[in-house]
Amino acid sequence: MTQPTAAMDYARLADRARFIRLETVRLARIAGAGHYSSTFSAAELLAALYYHQLRIDPAQPRWPDRDRFVLSKGHAAIGLYPVLADLGYFDPAELDDYTRLGSPFGDHPDMRKVTGIDFSSGSLGHGLSIGVGMALGGRVQGRDFRVYVMVGDGELAEGQIWEAIMAASHFRLGSLVCIVDRNQLCIDGPTEQVMAVEPLDARFAAFGWQVQRIDGHDLAAITGAFGRLAPPGTGAPQVIIADTIKGKGVARMELDLNWHVGNLGPDDYEAVRAELLAGTGLLAGAGE
Amino acid sequence: MSEPKVVDSEQSDVFTGVSDAGPKETVKGIATKSIPAFVAGEELADLADADPRVVVMTADLASANRLADFGARHPSRFFDLGIAEKNMITAAAGLASTGLMPFVGTFASFAALLGFEQIRTDCAYPGMPVRVLAHHSGMSLGYYGTSHHALEDLAAMRAVADLTVACAADGNQLRAMLRASLAVPGAVYLRLGRGRDPQVYASVPDDFAFGRAVRLREGADGTIIATGSMVRPSLDAAGLLAERGLAVRIVDLHTIKPLDVAEVLAAAGETGGIVTVEEHNVIGGLGSAVAEVLADHRLGVPLHRHGVADQYVLIGPPAALYAHYRLDAAGIADVVEETLAGSGELGGSA
Repeated sequence: MTQPTAAMDYARLADRARFIRLETVRLARIAGAGHYSSTFSAAELLAALYYHQLRIDPAQPRWPDRDRFVLSKGHAAIGLYPVLADLGYFDPAELDDYTRLGSPFGDHPDMRKVTGIDFSSGSLGHGLSIGVGMALGGRVQGRDFRVYVMVGDGELAEGQIWEAIMAASHFRLGSLVCIVDRNQLCIDGPTEQVMAVEPLDARFAAFGWQVQRIDGHDLAAITGAFGRLAPPGTGAPQVIIADTIKGKGVARMELDLNWHVGNLGPDDYEAVRAELLAGTGLLAGAGE
Repeated sequence: MSEPKVVDSEQSDVFTGVSDAGPKETVKGIATKSIPAFVAGEELADLADADPRVVVMTADLASANRLADFGARHPSRFFDLGIAEKNMITAAAGLASTGLMPFVGTFASFAALLGFEQIRTDCAYPGMPVRVLAHHSGMSLGYYGTSHHALEDLAAMRAVADLTVACAADGNQLRAMLRASLAVPGAVYLRLGRGRDPQVYASVPDDFAFGRAVRLREGADGTIIATGSMVRPSLDAAGLLAERGLAVRIVDLHTIKPLDVAEVLAAAGETGGIVTVEEHNVIGGLGSAVAEVLADHRLGVPLHRHGVADQYVLIGPPAALYAHYRLDAAGIADVVEETLAGSGELGGSA
């Protein structure tokens, strides 16, 4: 990845979001199951991060000044691995053995096994604390990288998240950007029924964060929010609350609890691929 | 085996036992004045002068653990995370991922028991060089009670892969451990006492190495293998036993993982029996580790695991607790004598 370009190519980003969904479907079939819907809700966010926003260089995966990305909702790694392969962090063919015995690629990402993963994740509620530490590390070393942490909305019920939210504003970690994939559902039902998280923007604001709330499937809105981020450094930590639809892009999965973890049968697999290739809904709201 | 110069507690002006020799000054209820073993803040400040990786974190215990000594000298590399231990340990892992080496200090009960998953999943599993300073371990917080005791931490930490686990016997050994830790690639759990630990080593041992036990006293009748806070009373017990005609070897098995297997096997082969002594539940800690070595090598050597016998301890001042559970010099001496005579109770006891 090079520096973000001024000319935003929404069609390109939409195509990469489609690629993320298609690859998720493909890899889940290799594993026999996968977190489809949690990944689909984040597809535009991941595409905008990796193909537009992050200051990264796949040729130097350990570049000290690179932006960090922590996928705190690690179960969406199935959608991140193909992006890293596509950008050149490793050979895409390695994904063909996804989750098979000895594969580097599990349902949750392991930074010691997968080049390009900035931190291992999987146990919900940890990632924002990792981001707090990374941002402090940048400050101690005088580096100007940003740290982006993507959390799920159900994950916000974890107490450690709020420890990190407090610490981030206490230390004025302006380099820390939290992205909430507000896809509305956790495993047992809607978050507002299982463990309510709203009013989310007011809660973050009350903890001293700079808040933006956007449509997380609208690429113009996502890149616009990125563009409005304050410069990295000392200041209020920043959160982008991205309202999304769990399962977005595949009609049968949208806001359907049954698809948190699932496995498409052969006929359904082809049908879903066809739906994704038709690009249903992927460009909605992209602006151009 | 190294032959360290060992402090004779009878002659040591540093040994203060339980009552503090110096003027008492309490911070958050814990005496910290004239405490020789709370040296981590000072030592780490020295190390940080030469090593830019060193950063220090604590969770609202900077005064109690004297990590404030570090903060005073390196304020930009010192972070107090407030009463939020889980966030502190995970944030330390994030800091470590940027190339730094965080030392994080809090009570052992909160570090190992509250923060277990953070140590395992965020520090050890990704190979982050986080050093957990788990102080006030065991029952050294006395009448604070079970919420503040850590008699299970070694069992928990020992089961974590890619984690070095060691117990400091005194301030000098702690300094050596902190220095040696700079070269350890992965995560480290250091189990510390309450800061007024009686001295064992007369100076900072310059030959300290994680995983290499220290034989402090020779003897053929039996061996006491002790760790951390129990090294000093075990040494003193050896003196008492000598008066009763028993020559007991003393091994400071400071590193629980990786374990010095050769030293355990030497004790089994060269002396009449082994008593392990730890300020910990007899399940899962030092005694279990030694028992595993003996079992793995098909050795039917007399072994007694001495510690806390799978129970929550009484309320009481630390000295009274140590005496009650026979974890002071006199109690240890009696347990060893009973074990070597074959009259002690079977299994682990307290």
